[in-house]
Amino acid sequence: MIDLKFIWYQLRRNPVSLAGIVIVAMFALIALLAPIIAPTPAGQSNAYLIPREGYSPVPQPPSWAHKFGTTQGEYDIYYGVIWGTRSAFKVGLAVIGATLLLGIILGSIAGYFGGIIDEIIMRITDIFLAFPALILAMAVVAALGPSLNSVLIALIIVSWPAYARVVRGDILAIREEDYVEAARGVGASHFRIITRHILPNSIYPVFIMASLDIGAVVLSAAALSFLGLGAPEGYADWGQMIQFSRNWIVGPPGQPLAYWYTVVIPGLFILFFVLGWNLLGDAFRDILDPKLVKR
Amino acid sequence: MELRAYVVRRVLLLVPVLFGVTLLIFGLLQLFTPIQRASLYISDPKQLANLDQIIERYGLNDPIWKQYWTWLNQVFHGNLGWSKVASMPVDNAIWHFLPSTIEIVLFAAPLIIFGGIYLGSKAAANKDRTVDHVTRVGAIIGWSLPTFWLGLMLLMVFYGFFHGLLPPERLSTSMQLVVTSSGFHQYTHLNTVDAVLNGNIRVLGDALRHLILPVITISVVNIAFIMRLMRSSMLESLGKGYILTARAKGLDERTVVNKHARRNAMIPVLTISGYLLASLASGVVITETIFNYRGLGWLAWQSAVRLDIPTVLGFALFTGVLFVLTNLVVDLLYARIDPRVRLGGQAK
Repeated sequence: MIDLKFIWYQLRRNPVSLAGIVIVAMFALIALLAPIIAPTPAGQSNAYLIPREGYSPVPQPPSWAHKFGTTQGEYDIYYGVIWGTRSAFKVGLAVIGATLLLGIILGSIAGYFGGIIDEIIMRITDIFLAFPALILAMAVVAALGPSLNSVLIALIIVSWPAYARVVRGDILAIREEDYVEAARGVGASHFRIITRHILPNSIYPVFIMASLDIGAVVLSAAALSFLGLGAPEGYADWGQMIQFSRNWIVGPPGQPLAYWYTVVIPGLFILFFVLGWNLLGDAFRDILDPKLVKR
Repeated sequence: MELRAYVVRRVLLLVPVLFGVTLLIFGLLQLFTPIQRASLYISDPKQLANLDQIIERYGLNDPIWKQYWTWLNQVFHGNLGWSKVASMPVDNAIWHFLPSTIEIVLFAAPLIIFGGIYLGSKAAANKDRTVDHVTRVGAIIGWSLPTFWLGLMLLMVFYGFFHGLLPPERLSTSMQLVVTSSGFHQYTHLNTVDAVLNGNIRVLGDALRHLILPVITISVVNIAFIMRLMRSSMLESLGKGYILTARAKGLDERTVVNKHARRNAMIPVLTISGYLLASLASGVVITETIFNYRGLGWLAWQSAVRLDIPTVLGFALFTGVLFVLTNLVVDLLYARIDPRVRLGGQAK
């Protein structure tokens, strides 16, 4: 069983995990407050579309009207990164949620029933794990047609097998416990045994691990967007903003770094977002390590 | 002998996986209508008039199992369709673009492996001292860096700020002309190797100049990964009894760390070489895209963006099969090094 107080105590003592918590909390705050700190212009129905000043391809430097300047196509960078935080959380939560659900269902079926069912499910995970994740994701997105939904589907397809395997392993370990045997003895159904007796005793570590993968998921989504396979043009999305900046890494003669803000600002948002989750993930890995003795 | 049994079992397990890999790619192909799929084999717009013949020839209206069989047969004969992006059959395109990618990997892989192992063991040997803290912070930042952003930042500095010091693409135009001229024999299509074989210093210099940034870009994340793994593996190894023995018998610290601890700590690092290959394959797509470096990754990107489905799926199939086979080799090597692996099931 997991002891939340113990986890909290460990997190507070560790400066690295504290930094992770602060960074992630700040991003959560930005995502929540997006409508206030970057209000959507009146008359625009979809808040996730970045407002643009015009159609000129040349980026404009930061000014009063555009705090971080504008990127290719005169899209406002400030609005883009703020609402991009929201889309990042949306993508991360959607993918992790669906992945966990699939992983838990298939993993617990495989682990609980064992035998031929286990063999089939595990061979299926082998097949999906046979591809480098980004390449399978690219193939799926290309086959479905590039869009935000295709990216979500592709990321779910490439990430569920790992979770199914972890869940299966945990359940194998707990399947033979006395209380499971007892439940079986009094005639509980398979469904009841899995949901009431096995999952509550095995699932929390996977749950926490999965939620900490949000950073990695967002990074993959941004990579797909950068490759031009993600959200439609103008959607508030960090990867796409980096893609916009691709043509502007070298400034006009004499000012080679003139357009730095188009590259640096969205990049730092991605970097810190992923860094925050990774710091948190590291701390949790230490805490959840069974070799660590509780005192 | 158990090793032979392990090898046989491992190779047999490969068959269903490879079968499944083809099935998955075939499944993705089924998202398209027969007419769309027929057009994937077309290289010349004139052939559009004969679409029915193509559907007939490739059996695209047959029952699904029969279609799969026909398709698999085509794949075995190297027919993966026509690549719009490369204007040649997909299998030719893969072989055509492969050398550039091999060239990047050839430089990146040793850097990643030796760099990661060196930094990781250095950090572990100096646990909780400055070296350790610096490398750990470096590793977690490197691990979180978006590869595509790192590449652009490097270009901004070394191409923009330093006036074209380290340019994108694979060769500069003048050197490209030299390489394709009749006086220059392309033995391997790896520019650096060919330049050495031809004794052409200028081509070698130019090829290296174009390789530096892509190699750094693809390496940073992976060095960070191996370093972290090596550090924890090394820390575990340093706590073992044989280290105490080595110290007790008066060996100096360098020998203890380099000979006794590091060698044992490297075994777990070996097992992730399969993972490293996958990471490199993904990294190559992003890196080659940023630097406009025309290799397999660039081809995959172009074909994905331009919806050149045969090339995308052909590339995915190629990497999938390659990846499965590499993992087999790694597992077998590992079983040879560490007897506990092949005993796995029973030894518990």
